[in-house]
Amino acid sequence: MDKLKDFLLKKFKSSSSEENSGGVKVVFIKELADQLSSIRCLILFALIALTGIVSFYSAASNIGAVSEDSGANFILIRLFATSGTSLPSFTWFLSLLGPLVGLSMGFDAINAEQNSGTLTRLLAQPIYRDDVINGKFLARLFILALMTFALGGFVAGMGIILTGVAPEGEEIVRLLIYLLLSIVYMAFWLALSMLFSVIFRQTATSALSGIALWLFLTIFLPIFAGMVADTLYPITDKADALTQLNNIRIAQGISRLSPSTLYSEAAITILSPSVRTLGPVLMEQAYGAIPGFLPLGQSLLLIWPHLTGLIAGTVIIFGITYTLFIRQEIRA
Amino acid sequence: MNGQNIIEIQNLTKRYGSITAVDNLNLSISKGEIFGLLGPNGAGKTTTILMLMGLSEPTSGSISVAGLNPTREPIKVKRIVGYMPDSIGFYGDMTGRENLYYTAKLNRIPEERQDDLIDSLLAKVGLKDAADRKVREYSRGMRQRLGVADVLLKDPEVVFLDEPTLGLDPEGTAELLDIITELGKKEGKTVLISSHLLHQVQAICDRVGIFVKGKLVAAGTISELAQKIGGERAIEIKASPIEAFPSDVVRSMPGVNSISMQNDMIVIDGAGHELAPKIVRELVAQNMDIYHLKIRGSDLDDIYHRYFQEGGASSNG
Repeated sequence: MDKLKDFLLKKFKSSSSEENSGGVKVVFIKELADQLSSIRCLILFALIALTGIVSFYSAASNIGAVSEDSGANFILIRLFATSGTSLPSFTWFLSLLGPLVGLSMGFDAINAEQNSGTLTRLLAQPIYRDDVINGKFLARLFILALMTFALGGFVAGMGIILTGVAPEGEEIVRLLIYLLLSIVYMAFWLALSMLFSVIFRQTATSALSGIALWLFLTIFLPIFAGMVADTLYPITDKADALTQLNNIRIAQGISRLSPSTLYSEAAITILSPSVRTLGPVLMEQAYGAIPGFLPLGQSLLLIWPHLTGLIAGTVIIFGITYTLFIRQEIRA
Repeated sequence: MNGQNIIEIQNLTKRYGSITAVDNLNLSISKGEIFGLLGPNGAGKTTTILMLMGLSEPTSGSISVAGLNPTREPIKVKRIVGYMPDSIGFYGDMTGRENLYYTAKLNRIPEERQDDLIDSLLAKVGLKDAADRKVREYSRGMRQRLGVADVLLKDPEVVFLDEPTLGLDPEGTAELLDIITELGKKEGKTVLISSHLLHQVQAICDRVGIFVKGKLVAAGTISELAQKIGGERAIEIKASPIEAFPSDVVRSMPGVNSISMQNDMIVIDGAGHELAPKIVRELVAQNMDIYHLKIRGSDLDDIYHRYFQEGGASSNG
């Protein structure tokens, strides 16, 4: 037994020293320092933090109306998804601006190094190509996580002071899930912008294509979805229930192709336990239902497809980016 | 493999789509040699170097660098080979020293050795005073020199320098070439320089290879190359008065093929070395003033042009 252990240990050690060039760590640390000292990154963080804090503050000042409507349970996390008197909610801002953070971090990840001639020099060092792309992605992901948790923690703390209500255990879990969801959402856009930075040689091109896709998916796709639904199943005075139902289903189905729709729906569900369904509900179905809060497990079940969708999208896009980068000729 | 040859290239071919960048290249470079890869832009020099580094995959053929196959074992090759790309880039918002620390970490140089090593290399390339300035503020020459320090950090056995003198002023070029010569001659490193600037390379290289359109058209020492085309030498003369030129006498000399006029120069095609003194004597006897006399084909310029013409002609035709 001991011999086996010894053997495995040796094998592991030798394989790690042979296979692992240690480049990921070096690239990771360097990229981390780069991002943290970049003004671009700071500006975007400040933008998100400011809008987030202001919207949360305005929601919190509106707390009376909120608790009157649906009781005082889960008041802290519900504030995240509540819009104030004049401002949209915190989640709305994050769903709109989160992509910008991801895009701004990744759009020049590879092509800027290509243009400045540092990429060839970097790849001439004894590291694998994987190390470069993985290190870059992980460093940015780490900063996204850092930002999100810092902001979420700050806002939640502010909420406790403003409302004077101590959070319940489940609230904290829900908040953590929400923050993780936000990280995945921004990571999706990060992966996308890194893909553009591999495909396009010019940083301006990759930035613009990222922004174009962001505008399309967050703003135009929901409008487009409504148009398609109205064309296929027009809602008139005489439209029957089935047509109306189909209209909603089509519109929802199309707009769910957009990650920001997925994110918004999932965020609302996890932050407002009173949300029971994301699709249309018939009167018959709602009849006899006792109003109340969904348990955490049920809320999670409701957003499971959203969460897996976002994670899968991120992984697939990063996978494509990785493959393209590995196969790319150094000079085309 | 020959134990003396650190680089061995056999039947190497690289195609990008329908374009053949490197065409059936055979070359061996022995240890401690400074080899110059000459050729015009787009001749396939950089592609060849990239394949030697394992940064690009050959379409066919085999490469061995210190007994290693760069395609199969790129990491091992990159550990012993330093490469300075033609448009070398550094991170502009980092200082020269910070850039070197990054390279040192990527090469897993132990931390306790990094400080001394980087200090000594910066001194060697003459960047000691500028080491803590941002690279953005560096001049082209300083960047190139930082590039040399960057390449030497890993203490490579083989150094590839791609167009190292490109865009440098004469002084910067001279300094850089001094550093390179020292590498090869004193430290015994194998150096492969690619360039389209002949004179600089001529001065420091042991051997040169001439590369045209992906093909190595000639390789050897400068004098070997000169000898190869020696039989076809010509003499060019500028003298006045031109009417006094004794063309009949010269034409009757043994070894003279033809006489022609190019602009204001008389060009005598033939065995230059034997003919030149005789012709001069003849011209002096005619009371002509000689302003210029050159035996064509004896310097790199002529070698270069001749091979380029040949290479161009054979691949066109």
